[in-house]
Amino acid sequence: MRLKDIIEGLGLKVLAQGDVDREVNWAYTSDLLSDVMAGAQPGDLWLTIQKHMNIVAVAKLKDLTGIVLAKGIRPSEEVVAKAEKEGIPLLISEYPLFEVCGRLYELLKEEG
Amino acid sequence: MKLKEIAELVDAEFLNLPEKADEEVHTACAADLLSDVLAMRGEAALLITGEAAPQVVRVAGVMNMRAILYVRGKKPQRKDIVKWATQRGIVLLSTPLSTFETCGRLYVKGMRCSESSEIEFA
Amino acid sequence: MERQVFSYSVVRTGSLDDVGLVSTEIKKKLEELGVERNIVRRVSIICFEAEMNLSLYAERGGNIFVAVEPDKVDIYVEDDGPGIEDLEKAMQPGYSTAPLWVHELGFGAGMGLPNIEKNSDVFEITSELGKGTKIHSAVFRNKDAA
Repeated sequence: MRLKDIIEGLGLKVLAQGDVDREVNWAYTSDLLSDVMAGAQPGDLWLTIQKHMNIVAVAKLKDLTGIVLAKGIRPSEEVVAKAEKEGIPLLISEYPLFEVCGRLYELLKEEG
Repeated sequence: MKLKEIAELVDAEFLNLPEKADEEVHTACAADLLSDVLAMRGEAALLITGEAAPQVVRVAGVMNMRAILYVRGKKPQRKDIVKWATQRGIVLLSTPLSTFETCGRLYVKGMRCSESSEIEFA
Repeated sequence: MERQVFSYSVVRTGSLDDVGLVSTEIKKKLEELGVERNIVRRVSIICFEAEMNLSLYAERGGNIFVAVEPDKVDIYVEDDGPGIEDLEKAMQPGYSTAPLWVHELGFGAGMGLPNIEKNSDVFEITSELGKGTKIHSAVFRNKDAA
């Protein structure tokens, strides 16, 4: 499923663009950077409420399709700028993390 | 959903209080950061987390949560933490699955987050 | 029912393992006194954040006093050092002075003081470098009773 379809399907707000035509492999949910470093796979969409500056570097390093911040969490302007610069899509959902996971899971399974 | 149904759904094992297997929980929250759990609106009976530190159990107690489901095979390292949770009737479970897979499976079966009822869209 | 005051001391142990023990005691006490559930929750959160801060930063630990009255619960948190350097910054969500090892554990998100304020109906904080910090929080009971 392409990222742009997920953006539409979940009603995500786009803070930083990046490659929205990219195919989303699966998803990884964690707020602990070390867990993401250890467990996320290339092509994963990262779901989190962690808005620290390092999230962009981690997403780049692990070749993730993008970052979705839940609960309407807004990162700083600096983080948005960094994401733009690195071409990492930065997206926001107003829903709590559990719900974002659930809805994305349903979407990905449907397409299955 | 009953805790035993949840355990079956996500291949989880009970770390304590197996006698509470029939207890029902209807709301869940996924969080790894303590500050996030302390700041949540509404109440959640089940905490899904990848953080196995002792403080998580204490926060769950303070927030009236009834069970903690650790993901990615994580478990509290210290026996006294499991004992502390047991004394307060907080059930601890551990699943080998990821947070995403765990939340997904539960969501599909009808589990929801209590916070969603309080969302206001601009 | 008259005003009942309970005091607890938070000892600094150099690790965060005991954080939450005092808050759990306070919660239990309030429940025994029949305080409303949503009030207990707010007071417990306030105490937990205070306990965390005392454990992390107060050089010699500190004290938490909880006073229960029919129409409100007052919480007083005191320590005698080191004091907060920039109070305005400290009240900003996300601003943290926590050391690296705390961040690596997944804590130290800088939400403690803002979260205490958010849960309080009255919130006062004073701090002086070298002297210490005092916090007063009040949570009104029966607020939603028409």
